[in-house]
Amino acid sequence: MRFEKRTPELRLRLEGWRSRLVLALATAGFVVLAGRAFYLQGLNNDFLRQKGEARYGRVVEMPASRGPVKDRHGHPLAISTPVESIWASPEDFEADEAKLRALAKALAMSPDEIRQKVAQKDKQFAWLKRQISPEQAVKVMALGLPGVFQQREYRRYYPAGEVMAHVVGFTGIDDSGQEGIELARQQWLAGVPGSRKVIKDRKGRIVEDVASLKVPRDGRELRLAIDQRLQFLAHRELKAAVEGNRAKGGSIVMLDARTGEVLALVNQPDYNPNNRANVTGRQTRNRSVTDIFEPGSTMKPFTIAAALEAGIVKPDTVIQSGGPMTIGGWAISDAHPHGALTVAQVIQKSSNIGTARIQLQMSAETVGGFYRELGFGAPPETGFPGEAKGLMRPPAKWKPIEQATMAYGHGLSVSLLQLARAYTVFTGDGHLLPISLVKRDDQPIGKPLVSRETAREVARMLEMAVGPGGTAPRAAVPGYRVAGKTGTAHKPESGGYAAHKYVSSFVGFGPVSDPRFVVAVMIDEPSGGKYYGGEVSAPVFASVMGSALRMMSVPPDAPQTLNVQAPARPGAAQVRAATPESEG
Amino acid sequence: MIRVNVLLLLAAIGCALGAITLQHKARKLFIDLEAGQAQAKRLEEEFTQLQLEQGTWATHKRVEALASRSLDMRLPAPGATRILTMDEGKGAAKP
Repeated sequence: MRFEKRTPELRLRLEGWRSRLVLALATAGFVVLAGRAFYLQGLNNDFLRQKGEARYGRVVEMPASRGPVKDRHGHPLAISTPVESIWASPEDFEADEAKLRALAKALAMSPDEIRQKVAQKDKQFAWLKRQISPEQAVKVMALGLPGVFQQREYRRYYPAGEVMAHVVGFTGIDDSGQEGIELARQQWLAGVPGSRKVIKDRKGRIVEDVASLKVPRDGRELRLAIDQRLQFLAHRELKAAVEGNRAKGGSIVMLDARTGEVLALVNQPDYNPNNRANVTGRQTRNRSVTDIFEPGSTMKPFTIAAALEAGIVKPDTVIQSGGPMTIGGWAISDAHPHGALTVAQVIQKSSNIGTARIQLQMSAETVGGFYRELGFGAPPETGFPGEAKGLMRPPAKWKPIEQATMAYGHGLSVSLLQLARAYTVFTGDGHLLPISLVKRDDQPIGKPLVSRETAREVARMLEMAVGPGGTAPRAAVPGYRVAGKTGTAHKPESGGYAAHKYVSSFVGFGPVSDPRFVVAVMIDEPSGGKYYGGEVSAPVFASVMGSALRMMSVPPDAPQTLNVQAPARPGAAQVRAATPESEG
Repeated sequence: MIRVNVLLLLAAIGCALGAITLQHKARKLFIDLEAGQAQAKRLEEEFTQLQLEQGTWATHKRVEALASRSLDMRLPAPGATRILTMDEGKGAAKP
């Protein structure tokens, strides 16, 4: 070899250990690599697995829908249906004039509006239009514009519209409750969206479920105690009465006399929850729950019940009800002067003086305690947002005149719901029922407040008030025995009472032989000439109660009265001839 | 010895190919399942829309308006109603 001849160094024999060393080092290197590979792929493979999944795994959101609200028979009152919202990424948005116009047309917007929305090029997100129908969204996406995306959302619809508006309330654009039951039962109704990890293939199809990160939970269904038919009936009658009497507002509360469930609850003015563009607080307020008023004579039965229960009077005890009556410089009077009246007649004729005399025979603590037990001055605990608890001064501070005026419902304020509930004491044999806006499956246990005899006595007196010679013959329902009490109260106004502003109310129940419904009617500031509860509210009570009893096929307990009355047409309540009646 | 090894190797390759095929099949079935679930969801949503539609058409307000305007129906007068009671306490009287 040529090199060997020229360079003698190469002729040297290398020592054997050197090649072996290199071989050993190389082998060791391979062993380390193999070990590492084995470690990574066999023993501790999480890391590589993670890296692999990151390349083909995706996290997918799983939307959850809001639970429906239904009435007691399962008719939908609030339902969520999917809608699409279109958003753009201004950074990627590209469209020439023609395409922009097509997009604007598909979205029913002006091209300028869209231009404005995508003007900020550094932004990555801008809503173009929220909550459009899926069909419309298909048209928009068919344009295939870059930087335009759709997102599925749910929109709440209220098929019963204004009839149920105050009870059900509504949700905001982010699907959370804003008013009514939607707000009160937000936790129950709201769905919790979940997510899961999946493997997607080249075409974007999900080919494997890797892990469920968060299980989505759809919102639960809520069954209200409301009966849609009764609700509609009450709504129709109230609307006719408020318009007919040119009143500022009004409410009707209808309770199941056996279970305390709220079967109907309506207010005027109302609004359409599906279109809330110009809705004001005046319309959205659920007056029967959140507003308080001085109940007037509808309070009288409680004074009588307390006195009967305490053994101070008997139904036939004679009370000197002639006026005038003066306490501490204040005069109490009756609209129509009466002479001597029995306790039953005091209720029948609605004598302020008679009731005040009976009231003053009891201590403030007895009366105040009884009012508290009836739920006045405390929220009714239906869970409804903004429940009024009413106004009642502590009995220890009552002056005699205060105690006297409270007997006929002045000097304390209640909500219509509280008042209706208090009347269950007369329908449940002396037991006050808890009220519920949600359908009950069990029979609630009432709170015993007065004896069965007392409750029946008062019910008999209240039946007399509806009969001939009472204050509210127009509350009578042909075919059925009904009972109830009118109320006409001056509205309190800065420091005194307004001379010509009234709240006309009527609270009653029927049929008396086995009460099924408690109906409370309140008309705020009737200005159509009539203002007595017996003229304004009693006819509304009669038509609501009569229709409800017939609708629910309640057997008449007074069939002999069936052929007396003229036919009742919807909303005809307030056009019947007026019977002049009066009370305080 | 060698023959056994070759046999085992072939068996191992066979198993591996089988695993791949099954994985593929599983994924295909999963795609079908996904499609089925998506359809179920769609149908469910359609159902809520139909419920909504039904609810809107069947509101008492609309039914009553139709009954009184188009069909000229009216509520029977209470006096014109006959109440039938069933004998032997079998039950309900229905007006």
